[in-house]
Amino acid sequence: MSTSNKPPVPIGRLQKAPEGFLSDALIHDIAIHGLDQTRRGFLKKSFLAAGAALAAGSSMMAAAKQADGSGAISAASAPGAQGDPMILQPRPWSTILGNPVAFHPYGTPSKYEANLLRRQSPGLTPTTQASVAFAPLQGFFGIITPNGLHFERHHQGWVDVDPEQHRFMINGMVKEAKVYTMDDLMRLPAVSKIHFIECGANTGMEWGNAAVPTVQYTHGMLSCCEFTGVPLKVLLDDCGADLKNAKFILAEGNDGSSMTRTISLEAALDDAIVAWGMNGEMLRPENGYPLRLVVPGVQGVSWVKWLRRIKVGDKPWNAKDETSHYVDLMPDGTMRQYTSIQECKSVITSPSGGQVLLGQGFFNVSGLAWSGRGKIKQVDVSFDGGRNWKTARLETPILDKCLTRFNIDWVWDGSPVILQSRATDSTGFVQPRYSQLREVRGTRSTYHNNAIQSWKVAATGEVFNVHVD
Amino acid sequence: MYTWTKRTAAAGILALGLSGLAQAQDNFGLGRPATASEIQAWNIDVRPDFKGLPPGSGTVERGNTLWDSTCASCHGSFAESNEVFTAIVGGTTEEDIKTGHVASLTSRTQPVRTTFMKVDTISTLWDYIHRAMPWNAPKSLKPDDVYAVLAYLLNLAEIVPDDFTLSDKNMAEVQAKMPNRNGMVFWKGLWDVDGKPDTHNTACMANCVAQPLVSSTLPPYARNSNGDLAAQMRIVGPVRGADTLKPALVVAAGENAAEVKNYARSTLAPGAAQGSAGKPAGPAQSGDDAIKLLKDHACMACHAVDKKLLGPSFLDIAKKYKGASYAMQKLAGKIRDGGSGVWGAVPMPPHPNLDDADINSMLQWILAQTSAGH
Repeated sequence: MSTSNKPPVPIGRLQKAPEGFLSDALIHDIAIHGLDQTRRGFLKKSFLAAGAALAAGSSMMAAAKQADGSGAISAASAPGAQGDPMILQPRPWSTILGNPVAFHPYGTPSKYEANLLRRQSPGLTPTTQASVAFAPLQGFFGIITPNGLHFERHHQGWVDVDPEQHRFMINGMVKEAKVYTMDDLMRLPAVSKIHFIECGANTGMEWGNAAVPTVQYTHGMLSCCEFTGVPLKVLLDDCGADLKNAKFILAEGNDGSSMTRTISLEAALDDAIVAWGMNGEMLRPENGYPLRLVVPGVQGVSWVKWLRRIKVGDKPWNAKDETSHYVDLMPDGTMRQYTSIQECKSVITSPSGGQVLLGQGFFNVSGLAWSGRGKIKQVDVSFDGGRNWKTARLETPILDKCLTRFNIDWVWDGSPVILQSRATDSTGFVQPRYSQLREVRGTRSTYHNNAIQSWKVAATGEVFNVHVD
Repeated sequence: MYTWTKRTAAAGILALGLSGLAQAQDNFGLGRPATASEIQAWNIDVRPDFKGLPPGSGTVERGNTLWDSTCASCHGSFAESNEVFTAIVGGTTEEDIKTGHVASLTSRTQPVRTTFMKVDTISTLWDYIHRAMPWNAPKSLKPDDVYAVLAYLLNLAEIVPDDFTLSDKNMAEVQAKMPNRNGMVFWKGLWDVDGKPDTHNTACMANCVAQPLVSSTLPPYARNSNGDLAAQMRIVGPVRGADTLKPALVVAAGENAAEVKNYARSTLAPGAAQGSAGKPAGPAQSGDDAIKLLKDHACMACHAVDKKLLGPSFLDIAKKYKGASYAMQKLAGKIRDGGSGVWGAVPMPPHPNLDDADINSMLQWILAQTSAGH
């Protein structure tokens, strides 16, 4: 596939016009398609506009002024024969004394990044304390989620727990029930591992039909961080857990809901972490400060936040979120229970729903793939709604139960297309189509929707969320 | 507490491959034994076999009284409200109690899936009410209160009669009548990492489907249902967000590029450079500031702008105090010291740590609400 961004532009034909009066897009368009009546019309209009600007001074100065003053981007700021005013005219930030160090002691993103925020989906829940704020996946690069944009899901509001007052207990089928302070825990041998966390209900609104417009709302109950903490296995050993007869653990939070979840002992001993660190800093309060459980590959609700207790037992607990929520309603009216694993899934994040492509030509189509059962082995992308597929590049690192970023080259010719991605994990499992998922689980479920996502790119450049069977 | 021999413990640790740490269990010398009282205080979980259930009892009648004062504001007088949380009761029948399968779970006409349609074990309800309810004052119910409230719910669900007393002694009898007790299936496929999947796609590469069939799209009227998407996207890169305040674009991508870029840039909120660090300075300058204060101080957990949640809507408060000169002072007092009995039985908790400027800002905004627009 071609990696050239721009077709050769026959500049000579355009050079007679006043400088800088044609937009980039129009130049490319004429270069590719030649002139017809419509394009002649655009040329004429642009020419007159440039003439008016010339009368007021120079078109170059007008463009520079506009960019400085109003902040608006004008077509006239495109490079002319002499050059781009963004280069030719001194920019304000290169002609002033800048801000001092530690002006924002904890740092904040550029003001030009202010649009990327966690957001709620209006009308999803009546209270904000038992709700979801979705991560803006459309704006992320790589695989790490910035801590301030990690998705939130609370059951009884978030709390900011004083770490000095926090206690962690292990009881149940153990030789000795023990209590640890944060100071104790943070002295223990810690590990740091990068894992994804996905809510079991992620993409749940989409079970029946296309319901929300952007990847933030379809897939944004997903984040990926480097978590630091002590392996749960170390603590279970420290208390002398009865690993022979025990089969489950119960994890319990320290918030109002004291959220509880049953977790298999196998998962607890395998790679679960009692974590305090997230991407190099302490957990944010919204994500369980000062302590949360990390259970890689398993739905987010089991990653109990504000973790205060682990109980070791021989039977599952059937907690509230294991019986009236987080159960999968099957077509025959039965409900699958203790469905924890987040199966292999992927989504294209750029371009994605609610975005507008600014023109034809080259795009690096990129997205995320993950599996609760292991590593990502392959991601294929279709540009024709699933008829034909091409294998995408996988970016490193490719880690166990972790997001993997994929990329593929695409030259858009301006015609409507449907983009899809399809991930395969290290077990050989291939992400299902919607029809394949619904054939087994019907359309009235909420959890574990890992079907292939489709984005329809219209000729206008606008991208829409659609379902393709 | 469970006991086992030290020898077994050491063998177990070795078998797990932690040989580097393989000593007796106190190898770190960190943490300390939990006392019996500490374990009792936190060991509150109740299992389906009723392990952990404390002794106690409560009548339907007492449950009704507790319900009306403590639970009804969120769940409705008959636990059937769907306003704040999903309805608890409804959708089950006498036949379901016999079979243990809730038939309405397969119905397309059943409007909501209630708790009693789904929950299969009564221990779950006892445990959750005890640990997390009521919503705004978790863990304030004593065991006898929990038995009573649960007895009332079971009565509303027509599982127990009006004169029933629920206790730790008869929980098992009630369990045998839970409408969906046989409705759960354990499916290993999504429990084990090694579980067997139930969907079977293949990595086909060419001519995989005849013609892609678009089975669902968002209707045009929903265009702005998640807000202006242009304001939710980055303003640099190959794409911008769609201006969903306007109808969908009609001209080709290149022709609308300049307009799309200009609009996206205009959506950057002024003052966004300050980020979210720190509390808002000074009095609220706009509705957005006031809403932020109301959210930051958790007022929105119990109040909504235009409908009743636990407390009255801001609109109703504005209506009630319209034109009253004493409104600011009186309501500031209510916020600071708490109150009850004005809008129903749910008390307003005191908020002694709010500062006066914030209270004034919030109240000014609340009292300015009118039904025409807010």
